[in-house]
Amino acid sequence: MSEATVEALSCQELVELVTAYLERALTAEDHARFEEHLATCGTCEVYLEQMRATIRLAGEMTVEDLSPEAERELLSAFRSWRGR
Amino acid sequence: MATTEVQELEALRSGGEEAFLGLVRRHHAAMVRVAQIYVSRRDIAEEVAQEAWLGALRGLDRFEGRSSLKTWLFRIVTNLAKTRAVREGRTIPFSALRAPDTVPEPAVEPERFRPSDDPRWPGHWASKPTEWPEHRLLESESLARIHEAIDALPDSQRAVISLRDIEGWSADEVCNALELSETNQRVLLHRARSKVRAAMERYFDE
Repeated sequence: MSEATVEALSCQELVELVTAYLERALTAEDHARFEEHLATCGTCEVYLEQMRATIRLAGEMTVEDLSPEAERELLSAFRSWRGR
Repeated sequence: MATTEVQELEALRSGGEEAFLGLVRRHHAAMVRVAQIYVSRRDIAEEVAQEAWLGALRGLDRFEGRSSLKTWLFRIVTNLAKTRAVREGRTIPFSALRAPDTVPEPAVEPERFRPSDDPRWPGHWASKPTEWPEHRLLESESLARIHEAIDALPDSQRAVISLRDIEGWSADEVCNALELSETNQRVLLHRARSKVRAAMERYFDE
């Protein structure tokens, strides 16, 4: 690869590729450009770390959306289904 | 089907309440979020999810295990939600799902970067993000804030980030359940995560 064909990513371009990067959905060339940029840009590294922290935090969430009444109702539906 | 699912299914069929409640507790929240893509109103989405459980019980004997139990459950939710949306006179936002808005939603406000005609550093950070303090990430307030930020997202973005990042589904599973292309799933996830990150940044910078 000659240097002229591979244009460096700007920070503004990089932030739009973060999800594709984390999903390993970038082309090999873009993946390399992404990592090249990261290697020399501490700020984008911070940004990427914030995205990772966001994902981690979301993973720690427990969503208990079921009200006790709804649970009771479903359980009684289950019981009548079982007793059919 | 995975072995645990086969066991779960047997437990369900033999009338195990714990098996049923376990399944409900694990999937109900996600079912509501998926239903909400179609019916929008939270209370109606809640009704649809409940209806889906009843439908699942009625259909359990006919369930042959060709798909996973989870896939099957979410197909029931999606179908019921679509029917309900039509009944409520709501146009199903296929466009929102199939093709995320073509209006660009930048992950970070453009003002935070140097202009593209900057002589030295075009498109580089002007207003830089700073590291988040590790101890604050562990506070319960941070979890509350992330919850708020996810709730504030548009329906389809909320559904995708919930399934991927809260429930831990794979991209394939989400594409399947929400009838999304790989690319659209990724665009919705990207927009959702970027907005949630921005909300957390505002919170940590307060």
